[in-house]
Amino acid sequence: MNSSMSLSKEQNAILAGEKGETLAKVMETMVRYGELFGATSMVEITSEYNHLVTSFGLKALGAVYDLLNQLIETGAVSKQKFSVDPRPLDKNVPSGFIQNIVFQKFMYTKQDEYEAQLKKLGLLNEDAFTCTCYMKEVGNVPKQGEVLSWSESSAVVYANSVLGARCNRNSGIIDLMGSVVGYVPYFGLLTDEGRRAKWKVEIRTSKKPEAQLLGSAIGMKVMEDVPYIVGLDKWLGTLDEDARTYLKDFGAATASNGAVGLYHVEGITPEAVEYGKALLEKDARTYVIDDAELQRIYDNYPIIWKDKAAKPKLCFMGCPHMSLKQLTDWTEKVTAGLKKSHQSKVVIPTVFTASPGVIKEFEKTEYAEKLKQTGIVLSYICPLMYMNNPLSTSMPVITSSNKLRTYTSARYYTDAEILEHITDGRKR
Amino acid sequence: MMKTFKGRVVAAGNVTAKALVSHGGLNTLASFQKAVQFGDKKATCGDQGNTDLYGKQMAGKALCLPRTIGSTTGGLVLYCTASIGRQPACMLFSEPIDSLAAAGAVLIDVWLKDTSMPVVDSLGDEFLNYVKDDMDITVKEDGSIEIR
Repeated sequence: MNSSMSLSKEQNAILAGEKGETLAKVMETMVRYGELFGATSMVEITSEYNHLVTSFGLKALGAVYDLLNQLIETGAVSKQKFSVDPRPLDKNVPSGFIQNIVFQKFMYTKQDEYEAQLKKLGLLNEDAFTCTCYMKEVGNVPKQGEVLSWSESSAVVYANSVLGARCNRNSGIIDLMGSVVGYVPYFGLLTDEGRRAKWKVEIRTSKKPEAQLLGSAIGMKVMEDVPYIVGLDKWLGTLDEDARTYLKDFGAATASNGAVGLYHVEGITPEAVEYGKALLEKDARTYVIDDAELQRIYDNYPIIWKDKAAKPKLCFMGCPHMSLKQLTDWTEKVTAGLKKSHQSKVVIPTVFTASPGVIKEFEKTEYAEKLKQTGIVLSYICPLMYMNNPLSTSMPVITSSNKLRTYTSARYYTDAEILEHITDGRKR
Repeated sequence: MMKTFKGRVVAAGNVTAKALVSHGGLNTLASFQKAVQFGDKKATCGDQGNTDLYGKQMAGKALCLPRTIGSTTGGLVLYCTASIGRQPACMLFSEPIDSLAAAGAVLIDVWLKDTSMPVVDSLGDEFLNYVKDDMDITVKEDGSIEIR
């Protein structure tokens, strides 16, 4: 193919098929993808590791497995090791007999074969299945300015915003193809221009806004644009562990309720600290968020349960996966909540999800036994993959994840409401 | 009466099909999940949040939309949908294409032999305001769209 991009000698050679037909097709895919966004060149990926979105061995993804086999057989594997989104199944998570048959006989029948392919392609390790690969317990933490070929919207927005790395919102397969050729097209969030903010968002709430609600409001308003947020630093203080956890959940909501790939928080995120309001485009629009606006957003979420008054049968927390700090904080909150309501165990089956690395660290702490005592299940599962089962869809499931609400039939509640639901039987 | 629009060619091709219109962003994963997971031949839209498309057949239709939204599995889902022959006849975007739909369009074009899904973008707001479900749409290789 002829490309409008300025390609290096090596890139042209790959495209011309000098390193094999398969690699040429991979390069053609990346070049054509970039050309659609006006990319003028392909730039080297500089991060140590990649991160892929597709972690599930769905029976129906036959074309993907064929493509991956073609890559493996021709030696066109990833130049980087990679982490990947969470596994779809965990026997510790409550599920019914028929539900399990659907999971194991109809949905994720290719899980073992797919994981074998991932190992051949460059999987980091057996524990590298999480959407929060950027946590230190997992170890896939890019540095500021590094160029990535990641997918998984919540990970991309975190890497761009909180870590200052540079990554577009890549699709599954494109993520892998970038690290197979070692280059990604230079456009969008890789460029200085693409990282400028088209929206100024002013936070004027009377208390610290719920991360998942605030992210939802901003995502639905700005869609794929970059917001520059002022007034949130008052509530976050500095970029410490609490703030990083807050921004993890906030960012996932902006990315799933809209299509945000990067946000700047004045006084908090690295580029906002360095450049301040200079990141705002001259004609940036303004969106003011106060208590009433957050309430309006909350009140407008559709409830798609058949019986809107149904008693919840399951609660999921951890989409994206919870941080170590979240697990310890929630263990304390649930323990205190149960004591207050004179309950010994949670009154709704509840699953907390976290990365295998975080779970290992958590299990070294005194909180692990305390959490176990509450009856809460701690799992590495992807709640979305669980909810994709049609029998899960018909279950009344509650969550404080706005991403899970967006993609499934799960009903959203604030953190405080979730705590009441799971600890206090009278609230059911 | 015929009305013509011209957009940018993302994946070239000629096709004629009935229009199916989404005025909001198409959540690819939520919409095509049933088609991919359970082999629904009509690719009935499963996204309850999309009031324009929910419950309607998407396979073989001229899918008219502003953009796609949602999970970064989007491109992969389009690719798999096309690999089992459940894809729309074409995808016609009023806005410049987003990165997830673009990935799907390019993957189908480069990697799936004997499968065609013409994709045209940047057709403008007027296109999406004008087109209605079941209108006859003809897509030409140069990115022109005829609506009857």
